[in-house]
Amino acid sequence: MDTGTERVKRGLAEMLKGGVIMDVVTADEARIAAEAGAVAVMALERVPSDIRKDGGVARMTDPIRIEEIQAAVSIPVMAKCRIGHVAEAAILQALNVDYIDESEVLTPADDEHHVDKWAFTTPFVCGARNLGEALRRIGEGAAMIRTKGEAGTGNVVEAVRHMRAVTDEIRAIASMDEAQLMSAARDHGAPYDLVREVASTGKLPVVNFAAGGIATPADAALMMSLGVDGVFVGSGIFKSSSPEAYAAAIVEATTFWNEPEVVAKVSRGLGEAMPGIEIETLSDSERLASRGW
Amino acid sequence: MKSVGVLALQGDVREHLNLLDSLGVATAEVKKPQQLELVDALVIPGGESTTIGKMAVRFGLFEPLRLAIEAGLPVYGTCAGMILLSGTVIDADQPLLGSLDVLVRRNAFGRQNESFEAGVDVEGLSDPFPGVFIRAPWVEKVGAEVEVLGSVDDHPVMVRQGRILATSFHPELTGDGRIHQMLLDLI
Repeated sequence: MDTGTERVKRGLAEMLKGGVIMDVVTADEARIAAEAGAVAVMALERVPSDIRKDGGVARMTDPIRIEEIQAAVSIPVMAKCRIGHVAEAAILQALNVDYIDESEVLTPADDEHHVDKWAFTTPFVCGARNLGEALRRIGEGAAMIRTKGEAGTGNVVEAVRHMRAVTDEIRAIASMDEAQLMSAARDHGAPYDLVREVASTGKLPVVNFAAGGIATPADAALMMSLGVDGVFVGSGIFKSSSPEAYAAAIVEATTFWNEPEVVAKVSRGLGEAMPGIEIETLSDSERLASRGW
Repeated sequence: MKSVGVLALQGDVREHLNLLDSLGVATAEVKKPQQLELVDALVIPGGESTTIGKMAVRFGLFEPLRLAIEAGLPVYGTCAGMILLSGTVIDADQPLLGSLDVLVRRNAFGRQNESFEAGVDVEGLSDPFPGVFIRAPWVEKVGAEVEVLGSVDDHPVMVRQGRILATSFHPELTGDGRIHQMLLDLI
């Protein structure tokens, strides 16, 4: 029996496709997420909008919270570590989480390097703003990618920008001839073998979800229409006026994203969405997406 | 031409569609009851069984699905699909079709760190099948009508009951179409 193979790591992400992964802080929130139909939950210390508000250093969540969440639900439990924080990642693996998110939402621990993810049995998901960043993370062993978006803003524009960038860059590479691929690898700062793989398959080698700013069922449907495999929702659920209703409606809109009647029906009377932030009002240091290299 | 549907509420739908395509049958996504009437066989894919079950209930697909299987629609469930087809699941409260007379244990091999690949000897196939097990269930107990076609460490991971086929593992992630062919042979 071989554990921790590329196929089982990437395979779990395949099983999550078409689903919604929800940020949760407590076991009670995890139960609400599972009841609504989440395919997995992401355990973290504070949801991104609170991290934004409180400031300070955001770290891996307390192991006891993760264990409580694991005990509360039967669906996969993911958890976040800081970029480059090998020790937090090792702790999360020891806690038997199902996926580790090496996340720009937490304060980076290493300003030059990400975790060597090949060294772990537990699979990793990482954020990306463009194809080069996605392929660098995959080159380091990430088994799943998500757009970074701009977490904790309730504003979907950055997630859209990042997904469009990835799609456009894949399209460009897929139309190149063999001789152009090395300079494309140089321009994107991406591993050459992965650039060649993208050129021949026309897609990323791993599952790609949307994250960062998804706050409504319509946002989820929008991201699905841009070709993502599924969505992460952070503050959008538990910072809304009605978490149960928002959670269920976002799940339903993700499945039926191409049927506007269904999205319309599930969007009715949900109450207040999370408070939103205009991206232009954020200073450079407040933009989480620029963390990671 | 035979048409095989893949239940497309959530999960690795595309991998099943691709593998079925390679076997030369027409394929269709099934999200609504009326789409169920157009297919000669159905795959319930891998995914999160609680999500797929809840969505089938919320969108009125659950009962038509149960009745179609009862009426003889050949069906193959992988992993989450096996759970959904089963009669009983240990320690779980979730919608089950109850078509397959088995007791299933979810995440029986463990969490993701225990997910694994291993060859499985399958009855009727000459070479071992490349088994990909992801937070996989196993069958704890089988009813009188159920045949066990493959096991890992004495735990059944592939079963058949009439026109219902189920595996704990994911042939759709391997490109090996031999088990999907067994479904086509049930049409």
